[in-house]
Order: sequence, then C-alpha cells, then structure tokens
Amino acid sequence: MAAVAAQADSLNKLGVQILSVSTDSRFTHKIWQEEELTKMLPGGFPYPMLSDQGGRIGTIYGVYEEAAGVDFRGWFIIDPDGKIQAMEILTPEVGREVKELIRQVQAYQHVRATGEVTPAGWMPGKTTLKPGPALVGKVWEVWKPGA
Amino acid sequence: MGKPVDGCVTPAQGPIQTSEPAAEMMQQPVKAVARMRARVGQEAPDFEASAYYQGGFKNIKLSDYRGKWVVLCFYPGDFTFV
Repeated sequence: MAAVAAQADSLNKLGVQILSVSTDSRFTHKIWQEEELTKMLPGGFPYPMLSDQGGRIGTIYGVYEEAAGVDFRGWFIIDPDGKIQAMEILTPEVGREVKELIRQVQAYQHVRATGEVTPAGWMPGKTTLKPGPALVGKVWEVWKPGA
Repeated sequence: MGKPVDGCVTPAQGPIQTSEPAAEMMQQPVKAVARMRARVGQEAPDFEASAYYQGGFKNIKLSDYRGKWVVLCFYPGDFTFV
C-alpha cells in the first residue's frame, strides 16, 4: 500500500479515489498509520483504510483466501457509473506495479472521454484507434505492435 | 465519555444485497454461501465497511463515490510490504 501512496500525486491528478481494504480491524489500521506509515511517507497513507474483518467483501470480489483469512492483493478500477472496468488479482508473494494501474486508469479515462480505443501498450499521447467498419483489416496502416 | 466520533459499536453492513428474492430464499434451506459477484463490465457490488481515515473512524459505502473514478485496493494485511 505504501507503493500506492507514493503515487498519490499522480492518482489525485487523475481524480482517482483510492479505497484500501484488508481484513485488519480499523484499530490495526490506525496503529499501522501512526506507528509506521507516517514514518515511511510524508503525512502517511492519504486514503480511507477499510476493514473487511471476516472477508465478506473480499469474498464477493473473489479475493478472499479462506485458509489464511486474508484478502489477496487485488485492484478493481471502477468508473464513475459504478461499473468495474478492470481487475488484477495477485497472490501475496508478488507486489503490484502501480504505474500499470495509472496507465490503465488513463486509458479508461481516455476511452470514456473520446470513444476511441487504446491498443496494446498504449501510453498517453500515443496512437489510439477509432473503431468502425473502416478500420477492419486496416489496423496495420495506423498501428504496429510496440508502436 | 469523550466525543462520540468512534462508532465502535456500530457494525458496518458489509456487502449490500440490492435485491433478495424471497422465493429463492424459501427454496434454499441451507445457508446461502456468498460467491464472487465482481465481474469486469458489470456494476461493482456495493458494500459498507468500517474504516480509519484522517485520524478517525467512519463507515464508508462504495456507492457514496458514484461519479468518481475509484480504485478498490485489497491487500493481505497491515505491516506487510510486498
């Protein structure tokens, strides 16, 4: 979560509200924030830290691991209409790449604003595609892998 | 007593079921097992959770953030860093 907080400026610029969720109690969140996160990050973790004791929320999101009693690492990008646009779920041993989260949010925001679609590996400023009959069989003219 | 900012005794709702067909309940005498309902392209299942934020405790509902981009970020536990 510290990695997410470290990108807070970028996420805030995109207007993204982060909600962190674990099976810890809100009391544990408080102590983690006060005793450790504030010493690791200026101001500490800047977003609400939600408690999912019992894993009921993690269960409906498909991230709750019953044997360990914890929620796996998973992020869900939810658009302003409340629809899930993307999810990524990892077992605990591997951390996430927050830059990829930011890239996906930028891509979804671009798609929502323009109706265009973004090809593989798209970054802001790169070529987008305008879907329609004219594009069928002609993607090669405007985009190549790695472009 | 101090100021009542902490809803210590107010349980959060957890997952919020918008429609609970009564007939279906009747046909399932066994306690219904919660299943994954989150799907890409579908509405995010709503819930209410207790939370720690800005030095205090409050209950937070996902649907309160309608109109904003939200990233729901699950992780295995406080004090872990992977």
